[in-house]
Amino acid sequence: MNESLLRVEHLVKHFPMKAQTFWGDRQYVHAVDDVSLDVRRGETLGLVGETGCGKSTLARCIVRLENPTSGRVIFDGHDITSASEDELRSYRQQMQMVFQDPYSSLNPRRRVGSIIGDPFGIHGVASGTERKRRVQELMDLVGLNPEHYNRFPGQFSGGQRQRIGIARAIALKPRLLVCDEPVSALDVSIRAQILNLLADLQKELGLTILFISHDLSVVRHVSDRIAVMYLGKVAEIASAEALFDHARHPYTRALLSAIPIADPDLDAAREQIVLSGDPPSPIEPPPACRFHPRCPRAETMCAVEEPALIARLSDREDHPAACHFPVKDGESVAAAGKPS
Amino acid sequence: MTQLLLDVRDLTVSFHTSDGIVEAVRGVSFQVDRGKTLGIVGESGSGKSVATQTVAGLTRGARISGRAIFEGRDLLTLSAAELRAIRGPGIAMIFQNPLTSLHPFYKIGWQIVEMIRAHESGSAESARRRAIELLGHVGIPRPERRVDDYPHQFSGGMLQRAMIAMALALKPRLLIADEPTTALDVTVQAQIMRLMRRLQSEFGMAIILITHDLGVIAGVADDVVVMYAGQVMEQASRYGLFRQPSHPYTTGLLGSLPRINFPDERLTAITGQPPSLIHPPSGCPFHPRCPHVMDRCVTSVPAFMAVPGAEAHRSACWLLDPESIS
Amino acid sequence: MTESIRARGPWKLAFERIRGDRWAIAAAAGVVFIILIALLAPWIGAAVEHSPEAQFRETGLSPSGIPVGPNREFLFGTDGLGRDVLVRIAYGARVSLLVGVLASGLAVAVGAVVGIVAAWFGGVVDTILSRLMDVVLSLPFLVFALALVAVVGPSLTISIVVIAFFSWASVGRVVRAQALSIREQEYVKAARSLGAGSLRIMFVEILPNVAATMIVYATLLIPSSIAFEATMSFLGLGVVPPTPSWGNMLADSIAFYKVAWWFVVFPGAALLSTTLAFNVLGDSVRDAFDPRHDQTIVLDTETGGKA
Repeated sequence: MNESLLRVEHLVKHFPMKAQTFWGDRQYVHAVDDVSLDVRRGETLGLVGETGCGKSTLARCIVRLENPTSGRVIFDGHDITSASEDELRSYRQQMQMVFQDPYSSLNPRRRVGSIIGDPFGIHGVASGTERKRRVQELMDLVGLNPEHYNRFPGQFSGGQRQRIGIARAIALKPRLLVCDEPVSALDVSIRAQILNLLADLQKELGLTILFISHDLSVVRHVSDRIAVMYLGKVAEIASAEALFDHARHPYTRALLSAIPIADPDLDAAREQIVLSGDPPSPIEPPPACRFHPRCPRAETMCAVEEPALIARLSDREDHPAACHFPVKDGESVAAAGKPS
Repeated sequence: MTQLLLDVRDLTVSFHTSDGIVEAVRGVSFQVDRGKTLGIVGESGSGKSVATQTVAGLTRGARISGRAIFEGRDLLTLSAAELRAIRGPGIAMIFQNPLTSLHPFYKIGWQIVEMIRAHESGSAESARRRAIELLGHVGIPRPERRVDDYPHQFSGGMLQRAMIAMALALKPRLLIADEPTTALDVTVQAQIMRLMRRLQSEFGMAIILITHDLGVIAGVADDVVVMYAGQVMEQASRYGLFRQPSHPYTTGLLGSLPRINFPDERLTAITGQPPSLIHPPSGCPFHPRCPHVMDRCVTSVPAFMAVPGAEAHRSACWLLDPESIS
Repeated sequence: MTESIRARGPWKLAFERIRGDRWAIAAAAGVVFIILIALLAPWIGAAVEHSPEAQFRETGLSPSGIPVGPNREFLFGTDGLGRDVLVRIAYGARVSLLVGVLASGLAVAVGAVVGIVAAWFGGVVDTILSRLMDVVLSLPFLVFALALVAVVGPSLTISIVVIAFFSWASVGRVVRAQALSIREQEYVKAARSLGAGSLRIMFVEILPNVAATMIVYATLLIPSSIAFEATMSFLGLGVVPPTPSWGNMLADSIAFYKVAWWFVVFPGAALLSTTLAFNVLGDSVRDAFDPRHDQTIVLDTETGGKA
């Protein structure tokens, strides 16, 4: 299966909470609960979901900033789930992360040239003038002025800082770039710049990208395929087109209908699905289908049997959805569905 | 009773800082009609928050000029006591992060009751009943239990509803909502916006909705004002703005948004960065980033011109001036 | 391309704040003055032709053995043995500054390393080091100092070590607390994801961010170290006589306070003004590094920031 650069198999990550009392059961935050997906070479896989869905935790497990509770992470055919720090070092060159907050992802007391040059130093790839030259090359590549090598992060704007973070991430020409909400903290007019930059870099460096965001319109723009997560599980995976044209999972449909569209005519024309209640907490997730308490189509079965992530209706293998009553083409979400 | 509820004219707000004088708001004017929603759109540094906070009398230590006439009185000239009397029953405000705008050490119910009793006479009992009723009205389940909870016991969406409840307690004529849903999940945001629309028609109040998200505006606002670098760039009705954007900044913003129905086109980013408010650009503040910049734009601040063929649609751009054919 | 406000780098910003603070300048001037006095002590001695140990029984003491007050020959008067108080104060400044700076520096260095290591490794390491700091902080200074000196004998080096020993733990606690919050910052996670090892993260990522705290502590520990030293010398636990220290001068002066006010006042004033100058300077340094120092409107935060 060498088409996949990265494969995640039945990944689980539970965080123990501090015990409320000395006795009684330990409570866990079920951040990621049995997630399997794969990222194909050269593609951009979008990972989308709201707060508490586990997408950021999943990303951190993939780059091994966290250790999975169980399951496997397979990078380029190698199982890196329980690799030691030393073994991981070489993989770290090939798998890099771009962080969300341009303000806290750069050390405010270090100069920008030194920050971008970190990968070269850590992996002993270049030093001295050679390192400086390569750093300045990188700065130019991401649209920064190489003469600002000695400035501190505080002297740059948010968009520029994000470029610095990207430069740092691509320094060693990784194969996989994991972007965790890379534009969410930026102004709207700057987001487009950064998204265009990422698209250009992907073409130029042949990157595979895992793009995580809560903003579905941004994800749609950049991704080839999209995985939707809800409360620690994958609800649906499909190509970007298929997801938008005929999403099967009611949560996906609700998410799509909730995205603000900057076009009042389109906005008025679409189906408004407003979910009831708040997303439940990942500490005590609902039994069986986790979405059932808020789902407009839920029936008794949904509270009893967990739906498997498989292709439904007449969809292809590559469009699985975890729902007993997937939404048919042209069907309204609110109408009760019948199992296929 | 006239339709015009709030009339802001030539509002200018500047601050002294150790780096120089920050001109946060530079000659901004807008109007809000009774029962209608005005959307103010802008990014950081646009001055949208400072402008509305100044109107509500919340800006301290600034040099303010201009007028903000609310129900016949200029808010900028009122004393602190008079302003306090207006806040609550006249003008209410909700902010982006409910966790920081509500006091963490007092129960929600207590905070609402305090507000009610500060403005109206009546027993603590009746105020508490009102508070419970309000919490239920904004969609908080089991309000009689939640009225005694602390802010940290609420989720983000519920807390924002509680904030709305508090803001509405005295049935204000004007609600100023500053990025009320930016920190919330998209599905929760949809719930809150729907709630606000419902409450608006029930209470007949006017809303000023401040946001950076053009999509939210498209769904809710009756009229829109686009701000940039402390000034108004364009002013139009909702449909007018989106169907006929007449300012390069507006078109730039719209073009930089990924559009669901045209997913693969390359985004047209606006080049450059938002300007410094201590040394704002001369002439039109957008000129350093404008793809259609002309000489005139650098030297003189554009006057507001009516957009041809549209009602009540104005844009501060020399391109609209028939004299400036470049 | 227009730029948004170019914030100055963090060190430059702090430096400029200090420069703008009148009290800081005055205190810094005082500190420089004291340093000069200490450095020039031998020249001061040569100028009045009195060495710090020389006892002038004829000119320095009255016929009944009482010290002589300030006059043309002894500008600050003499002490109980007819020695020149001015020259002794100058040499005493050397001791005070040496002990103050070295003890403070040593305490901050050790405290910072322990704090960073405890915060980074957490778990058992943190528990052990934290309890160690707790123990050190609960030790009674006097008893310990007395005991140590009784065993080893008084000396300058012992003074420095003892003072550093009693000061490092408070630095350690503060640095540990700061390092704990730095550990959670995204840039530390970024460093880990790049493959940086623990040593590198502790010294390249965390250390620069606690440097400000360290500098502030170093500046504030100097006056307390000087006071410590004076106390020890006062009790006879510090430098060995006849080497002058402001502390042992004060101790000697007690017997003569009724008849020789200059012997009490001048060393006391020297001690007071030195600690005051360093304290004020330390305060200004701390304010200068405080990120909330001036309430400027933050202009280049983006979505979600203030407009």
